[in-house]
Amino acid sequence: MTDNTVLNNSKAVRKSKVKKRSQLKSIWFRYKKNKLAMLGLVLLIILTLVSICAPLLANYNEDAIRQDMKNRLQFPNKDHIFGTDQYGRDLFARIIFGARVSLSISLITIAVSLSIGIIIGSVAGFYGGKIDDVLMRIMDVFLAIPQMLMAISIVAALGPGTGNLIAAMSISNVPRFARIVRSSILTIKDQEFVEAAKACGTRDGRIIAKHIVPNAIGPIIVQATLNIAETIISISGLSFLGLGIKAPTPEWGSMLSEGKEQMRYYPYLVIIPGMAIVFAVMALNLMGDGLRDALDPRLKN
Amino acid sequence: MLKYILKRIVMMVPVIIGISFLIFAIMNLTPGDPARLMLGESASNEDVEALREEMGLNDNFFVRYFNYLKGAVQGDFGVSYRSKVPVFNELFSRFPSTLKLAFGATVIMVVIGIPVGVISAVKQYSIIDNISLFSAFLLTSMPAFWLGLMLILIFALHLGWFPATGVDGFINFVLPCITLAAAMLASLIRMTRSSMLEVIRQDYIRTAKAKGAGERRLIMKHSLRNALLPVITIIGMNFASMLGGTMIIESVFAMPGLGTMTITAVRMKDTPLVIASVVFVAIAISLMNLLVDILYTYIDPRLRTQYSKR
Amino acid sequence: MADKLLEIKDLNVIYETDESTVYAVNGLNLSINEGETLGLVGETGAGKTTTALSIMKLLPEKIGLIKKGEIILDDINVTNATEHDMRLLRGDTVSMIFQDPMTSLNPTLTVGEQIAEVLELHKKDMNKEQVQKRVEEILELVGLPAERKSEYPHQFSGGMKQRVVIAIALACEPKLLLADEPTTALDVTIQAQVLEMMKELKDKLNTAMLLITHDLGVVAETCDRVAIMYAGEIIELGTVEDIFNGNKHHPYTDGLFGSLPDLTKKTRRLSPIEGLMPDPTDLPSGCPFHTRCNKCMDICKTEKPKITVDNSHMIKCHLFK
Repeated sequence: MTDNTVLNNSKAVRKSKVKKRSQLKSIWFRYKKNKLAMLGLVLLIILTLVSICAPLLANYNEDAIRQDMKNRLQFPNKDHIFGTDQYGRDLFARIIFGARVSLSISLITIAVSLSIGIIIGSVAGFYGGKIDDVLMRIMDVFLAIPQMLMAISIVAALGPGTGNLIAAMSISNVPRFARIVRSSILTIKDQEFVEAAKACGTRDGRIIAKHIVPNAIGPIIVQATLNIAETIISISGLSFLGLGIKAPTPEWGSMLSEGKEQMRYYPYLVIIPGMAIVFAVMALNLMGDGLRDALDPRLKN
Repeated sequence: MLKYILKRIVMMVPVIIGISFLIFAIMNLTPGDPARLMLGESASNEDVEALREEMGLNDNFFVRYFNYLKGAVQGDFGVSYRSKVPVFNELFSRFPSTLKLAFGATVIMVVIGIPVGVISAVKQYSIIDNISLFSAFLLTSMPAFWLGLMLILIFALHLGWFPATGVDGFINFVLPCITLAAAMLASLIRMTRSSMLEVIRQDYIRTAKAKGAGERRLIMKHSLRNALLPVITIIGMNFASMLGGTMIIESVFAMPGLGTMTITAVRMKDTPLVIASVVFVAIAISLMNLLVDILYTYIDPRLRTQYSKR
Repeated sequence: MADKLLEIKDLNVIYETDESTVYAVNGLNLSINEGETLGLVGETGAGKTTTALSIMKLLPEKIGLIKKGEIILDDINVTNATEHDMRLLRGDTVSMIFQDPMTSLNPTLTVGEQIAEVLELHKKDMNKEQVQKRVEEILELVGLPAERKSEYPHQFSGGMKQRVVIAIALACEPKLLLADEPTTALDVTIQAQVLEMMKELKDKLNTAMLLITHDLGVVAETCDRVAIMYAGEIIELGTVEDIFNGNKHHPYTDGLFGSLPDLTKKTRRLSPIEGLMPDPTDLPSGCPFHTRCNKCMDICKTEKPKITVDNSHMIKCHLFK
């Protein structure tokens, strides 16, 4: 490579970087002004820190799992700030380890369903015609079944357990992502820069990866954020019905289900895990919504 | 118009067949044996085998699915493995309470959601707007089962105003309906708000202002009708998804509805019942969407002429 | 001289958004007499529409703001009138025709309902039959068959929609009509028809009109006086005679005429004005036109030009003193 081309390249790179950065900057600028969205971000950071640092705050086996019948059903006090459950386990420890469980499972679920959804959606959108028809009809079938019902049936078929739960949740999320990806692709596909790339003989896979996905990323991120929130609710819902995470693993939904029996005299057993769910879900909802506004300024004003 | 409706109904058929196949396949993957579950652990292997033969469980998967489909086309959706009652009867004995639940929740949702959304849009960025937006966020973020438990805790256990369970009277439906409405309310408020905001920005609203129309007239006569179009979709979709989304709420409030029936059926591998209830819900959802589209044409004159031309 | 119907004194309007402040109108002075037609000419973004919206007090809420100056319309001070008073004025004393007829009508109401509305709002003494009669009358007046009143806007073509918009504006026989580029969105053949009709109706009803346009041909045909607007100021004002046949002009006006094709002269090329309108968030010092002016002097860059008046003709430029 001669010096000249290096120079030209670096110039081009710099230019595109500047443009990208300024775009990100303006998105961040718009996001920052949205107080609710910032609240969501702060809540999410707290939640993430707590779940990462959970082992520093409590001992998993000692506090969250081991039963201690002598100390059962203690109202919140200075030794157990959230109190203890009917087996004498520290509720605070179970809540923070529960955050780990909920967050990690929903992240994996979204990652799995997003990857499959992107593949199906982009193939359908990009190639159109028969492939599109067939794929989308199949997605319609999945979408026509209420999500919770779908997940319950799959869990019932596969049996409870973390892996099966992830599979069930992923399957029921795939169609939505596939749809979003497909519709973004349909709007982008005929634009000139894609035709230009085609005219240059670029391979289809490369066009999808380099041109189409980056342009469709906005709505995908928004949907993914909101879906994580929904997945957290669904997972705890399934666990609440006894179809999700198995005891004694601390999970917010199963904690609620256990606490429900003692609810009348020990209301904190249901109030606290519920608040934890609301906290996490709200953080993600606020963020997803803020991102949507920031990415699409037309919606504001 | 009629042609259009027929076309839509015909288009539902492949989706419904797909759903039944999907559920059939999922249920078939299940490790448990329905015959064994029906007869209990104490039954002899011969009896179980005889029942399997009788139920046609020993046939090839596709043969069984085909037989099921053949029956369904003739109106025979099979017999519940567990209760031996025809699936159809089982379904319709459970449906009324779920329908009441969904209907009550929709009424609550509309009565609160639309006015709040409109006010929120008209007074954009005001305190009212901020409060209603924040409550909407809070409501979407609340799992229905938790809200249900909280309502039971406060209004049933402590205040004793409403019963915590059952479906005997109107009063039993109050708490479940509120719980179900809460989850859907947020989306309606937000949709109404953004739709109103969109309409308020339109040129024809400015024209109306230039005529000297006051705020009340601008909202009631000029904005609401136009803004309601997308809102009706949300109401229809929410109503439909309520029909299929009552499982958790019904089990929190111990109501014998479609949802609790489905959960039990899934657990008991009662395949005919599961398929029937899922298909039933899917049909209800599709019909609801169709109804919404028809309703559209009555609100939007542009569509009315379009359809009458067909 | 006839009575002044509208007088605008030293009007300053800004648009304030989170990111920036747009100085849309800067010290504008203007008056219209009863029954007179004033053409307001200028490039896109010169502040023409803002001026009209200020008269109606329909500037975008919370963003648009009248910073300074006053507007007197029919002896009423609009600038400090309440919203309630303005409502009584709008549609009755002053009406406005907007640029785009395609979006100016409510798609879910029939055109009859939309015309009737303005009568219901202002002619409270009319009963239902009288209102309907008047609706039919006014539809015929703008050249549409009366029986089409029960149709919806989407059943009309663009030109017909603009006729409906005009019918709404004229239903109460206002004293002043603000027409914001009423023909720009229409086909050329229809433009002439609509314009001709507006002219006729205006004379018939003795309505004064502020005609906003960037089409000098339209101005020559319909207006009594012309105001040339640049960057939120009137830089030249005079009778049609002064502007089209006079020999003293603001360089910008010269530029405007220079960019028109003239069939009587043999020139090989049009001579457009170089450059763009200054950024309204960051206006230049001195004369706002100095950045593009080919006769720019040193003084233009620092000092605002004063007004030079010659009978009916007024120019705001350092060249004439």
